[in-house]
Amino acid sequence: MNRFDYIRPASVPEAVEAAAVPGSTYLAAGTNLLDLMKGGAARPERVIDITRLPGLDRIEWLPDGSVRVGALVRNSDLAYDDRFARTFPAVAEALLSGASAQLRNAATVGGNLMQRTRCAYFHDLASACNRRAPGSGCDAREGENRLHAVLGWSEHCIATHPSDFCVPLVALDAVAEVAGAHGAREIPVDALHVLPGATPEQETALAPGELIVSLRIPAEAAAFARNARYLKLRERTSFAFAVVSVAAALEMEAGAIRKARIALGGIAAKPWRAREAEVSLEGAEANPEAFAKAAEMALAEARPSGDNAFKIELARRIVARALTLALDGTPEAMPALPASPFSTTPGANHAA
Amino acid sequence: MGYHMSLSIRLTINGLKREIALDDPRVTLLDLLRERLHLTGTKKGCDRGQCGACTVLVDGRRINSCLSLAASLDGAEITTIEGLADGEDLHPVQAAFIAHDGFQCGYCTPGQIMSAVGLISEGNAGDDPERIRELMSGNICRCGAYQGITEAVLEAQKDLAERNRRDAA
Amino acid sequence: MPLETTSPLPQHRRHGSSAGQPLTRRDGVLKVTGRATYAADNHPDGMLYAVTAVSSIARGRVTALDVEAAKAHPGVVEVLTPANRPPLAHDPDEKMPPFGFRVEVLQDDTVRYVNQPIAIVIAETPEAATEGAALLNPQYEVEPARTGRESGERFDPEVIGIGAPARTAHGDIEAGFAAAVRVTEADYVTPPQYHNAMEPHAVVAQWDGDRVTLDMPNQALALSCASHAAYFGIPAENVLIRSPFLGGGFGSKAILNGPQILAILAARMLDRPVKLALTRAQMYGPVGHRGRTWQKLRLGMDEEGRLTALHHQALCTTSSFDEFLEPAANASLPLYASPAILAEHEGLRLDVGTPGPMRAPGLASGSAALEVAMDEAAEACGMDPLDFRLANYAETEPTTGKPFSSKALRECYAEGAKRFGWSGRPHEPRTMRDESGFLVGWGMGTAVFHCPHFPAEARATLRADGTALVETAGADMGQGAWTALAQIAAEALGLDPDQVELNSGISSLPDGGIAGGSGHTASAGLALHNAGEDAIARLAELATTDPASPLFGAGNIGVVARAGRLHRRDDENRSESYAEILARAGRSDVVGTAKAARDPAVASAHAMYSHGAVFAEVKVDPDLGQIRVARLVGAFAAGRVINPRLVRSQYFGGMIWGASFALHEEAIADRRTGRIMNADLAEYHVPVNADVPSLDAILIPEDDPYVNPIGVKGVGEIGITGTVGAIANAVWHATGVRVRRFPVRVEDLIISREFA
Repeated sequence: MNRFDYIRPASVPEAVEAAAVPGSTYLAAGTNLLDLMKGGAARPERVIDITRLPGLDRIEWLPDGSVRVGALVRNSDLAYDDRFARTFPAVAEALLSGASAQLRNAATVGGNLMQRTRCAYFHDLASACNRRAPGSGCDAREGENRLHAVLGWSEHCIATHPSDFCVPLVALDAVAEVAGAHGAREIPVDALHVLPGATPEQETALAPGELIVSLRIPAEAAAFARNARYLKLRERTSFAFAVVSVAAALEMEAGAIRKARIALGGIAAKPWRAREAEVSLEGAEANPEAFAKAAEMALAEARPSGDNAFKIELARRIVARALTLALDGTPEAMPALPASPFSTTPGANHAA
Repeated sequence: MGYHMSLSIRLTINGLKREIALDDPRVTLLDLLRERLHLTGTKKGCDRGQCGACTVLVDGRRINSCLSLAASLDGAEITTIEGLADGEDLHPVQAAFIAHDGFQCGYCTPGQIMSAVGLISEGNAGDDPERIRELMSGNICRCGAYQGITEAVLEAQKDLAERNRRDAA
Repeated sequence: MPLETTSPLPQHRRHGSSAGQPLTRRDGVLKVTGRATYAADNHPDGMLYAVTAVSSIARGRVTALDVEAAKAHPGVVEVLTPANRPPLAHDPDEKMPPFGFRVEVLQDDTVRYVNQPIAIVIAETPEAATEGAALLNPQYEVEPARTGRESGERFDPEVIGIGAPARTAHGDIEAGFAAAVRVTEADYVTPPQYHNAMEPHAVVAQWDGDRVTLDMPNQALALSCASHAAYFGIPAENVLIRSPFLGGGFGSKAILNGPQILAILAARMLDRPVKLALTRAQMYGPVGHRGRTWQKLRLGMDEEGRLTALHHQALCTTSSFDEFLEPAANASLPLYASPAILAEHEGLRLDVGTPGPMRAPGLASGSAALEVAMDEAAEACGMDPLDFRLANYAETEPTTGKPFSSKALRECYAEGAKRFGWSGRPHEPRTMRDESGFLVGWGMGTAVFHCPHFPAEARATLRADGTALVETAGADMGQGAWTALAQIAAEALGLDPDQVELNSGISSLPDGGIAGGSGHTASAGLALHNAGEDAIARLAELATTDPASPLFGAGNIGVVARAGRLHRRDDENRSESYAEILARAGRSDVVGTAKAARDPAVASAHAMYSHGAVFAEVKVDPDLGQIRVARLVGAFAAGRVINPRLVRSQYFGGMIWGASFALHEEAIADRRTGRIMNADLAEYHVPVNADVPSLDAILIPEDDPYVNPIGVKGVGEIGITGTVGAIANAVWHATGVRVRRFPVRVEDLIISREFA
């Protein structure tokens, strides 16, 4: 870890001002930043510790029914907040399927939104990586890439976004509230993470020095509370990043689907909202054919970036499964194995 | 404007208030405990938040001390494995780990135990072994003592609940 | 140390003995309170920190290191590179007998594998040493990395494993196949795996003139003292290794490695104590691994499903500069009767760190392939997999015809199958579902492991107060040596374990042999047993020759040691306590010593193995292909069980390693550079708690009069063998998909026709 100046501002404006100096980075819990610094993928000259900023650790319900979650709220505190978990169950389930209990106890909402890719070539300083070192190339492209992106990738970068939390957030139209040198603004989470294109080093829509101060989930998202799931396929039962994951939410009306939300994780440089698939379900009867069609549409544009064609088929299947599970209804209690296929029944249509 | 810290922090560690002059802002809580304060019960297994051997309680919550900057924890209350027993009386979780053979080499054990203490106080597992397995999955045991660990957590949780009932009565 | 026992206690296997009781660990309190001291917990005054810089290329030369930048970092004291590395007394490019590999200790600028040490930075703080190493910014002359089957250099090895022949033939293999009515043949692939003990390799080295004290986790204390002494040009007795606790070893802490030698060298050069602990990533290179294998199995069967020929070929990887070849094909030698068996190994040199023994070397990889091949053969014969194995049960060692010293494998099959419920297994795959619709599959495999015996020594001192001190330089890496060895000694001494103090884990004690090969309890245990008997004999001599003793004159009749007293063998009422005997003799103690080794005549007349049977149930998501092991039942026969609690834990650990081999572990090396892209614990998956829902280990009684006088076989490694195949076979039974590449991955199911 390189040497750095440690700065502990007392207010958001102070923090933003401190971060205006090039080479600065914000530190919250550090569960991602310290990992990056130990590996050398991040070498900030100034570390701005925002953990003491006042007012960012609250879960605040607004009069219109939306919720504002401070950027410093810990993942576990949010997931275990009763009202939050009841209102946005897929978000709570996603949170509890991520990392480990210890990491969730530390990691913050803002930090989760800002976490960097797990692409091994990004973390390996000896590898070419356009995301870490613009213009150096992408060694993942011809490398060990069975878990890399199948949607939205470019020749310059095939990394995926590792967050679970962000997947249902994107599905539910959550918004990041941002402070910066030029004032406050809002960025939909769907627009926060950007696809690599020719500039993979540009990972988010934030301007330098901008700070996420809170997250807002709109009131409309609560309409999905009864039929919302997050499903995550992993290579071990717990404490693993997603091979593919999906958040699926349905608003049912008299047996038909009024609205649907679908977002995928682990398959692109951002959480992937499948809007056309959602539209295909609106007004449709909720049945396996409709779900299969939606799954097909969600992956219509997918193509392998390497040895990962299986992820496309897997993603199709997991979309259909998650929709089935959402239709079955949000479980009364958080499953013992949140988001695991083994947490719950695969659905009646799979019985032999 | 913010200030460059003096690199002097206050921590309460296992009940003892300490004023600590940090020699370097890079020092993690884990390296502070092990290399500066010589509280070596907390172990370094991966140094990257991937194994849980360094688990301690910060303000009562279990976290990975390897991914915590000591400077950032100024004012916090830390409990490590050294602070768990009451003199020679083992904490129920410690006793249960022995009784159920919840360890072999012992290297992940302090982290497992602190994690179990945190899990029990979080109160989200109930008496469901599957929930305990899931919520203990942040602590890797390469020896494979998981079955004993799960049994130990269940028993200690029961034991602690009984004690609390007795104390309340 | 306090001792706790649980009740109900099983019947003592030997009269008056504590051995056989499920005592809890004597080191338990130390371990649960954080007071057990592992190497890196030591902190002598004035200690410096050492961190190695490692290569990011697999093959080539280091052409530049920015030593100035590293030295300019505050706190950095010294940087060792090939340019200024002090000399060593042993050429690191020569093997160190008997087991030592060639090591990389900055002898030149060549790079032979990724993560090879290329410099070592010593600093006042860990932060400074770590960043100093990062600032070296090495430049390389890169040669193409040989990373695969195509690019590596093939060769015919002289030996495999540790000194085993590369080819073993029994009978006429071609005649065997000619006699077969059915032949099955398939290829199997096992990946590189890394030991990943939770405790990274570490050393704290302190020199005092030409003597050095090393706090270092170590599975082979005496050997390591001699080897380190050879490197540093000092007598072996000048090296003191303290290794009271190892945070796991699994074979990776038995053999010298470059980084530790460099840290010791730095301590001598700077005349200050130095600590080095590898990072997790640095453990993927210089400290051994289980090498990749490509295996081919060909089985011929007659009409009744009896093997007529068993041909096992293995292509095994090693480094470009040394040899450790996974003796995988030898897994086919001890287990199944066949008139013709041929096991053959070929070597493949890659630009990797030298592999080494890793928990169940050879047998883990070989059994994985063999047990799947047996399942395939059973399927081809239309037989139940267990029936097929019983049809091929070996009554004598197949390749030698020697009798087994003991073999309760039939009982393992029977008890395991009963506990598991195997008889209800439908023959056809993909026919079982659970109530939730998951595919369910049952599979089984046979477990087997050798029973080595290492020479060991011990000392037993009966003290004036009637208690005893027993000593041997053993190593507890989690198997429970602190407890089991004390139980064995207590039995020999006729004392309760809580009256026996055990000194171990330090090299100044009598040589406790090697903690490896599942042979430590038997080897060090026998030495302690013999030392205890020697002490008792000396005590008896004092008593029976003393006219004042009630035992006077019992020399020919003999005495029995029990509960701290010697009793006349023919008259239990005539007895005297140890303390009384010593007091009257005016002795403060009586000391027994022993050396123990296996009787070569007995050894050559018998085949000696532990055996077992493992049954697995897996559940598989019918669409998504995610696999979970629902339960594992293992039944093992391994001679006399000293402590069933600890033995069960060893079996559980082995079975979890088997699950890990089958479903999780694989080091992914970039095929162009050889860099390991998951050199961590986040993406190199080992099982977490949630991966292990239900384990059951059955301890099958087995009396073995030949394996050693205490009847103890080994239990540390056998659990892996059998389990890997059992799980893979269960996946087939659940899905109809036969995966022959480990670990089984989701895509192996998703893209297969049978699964869809």
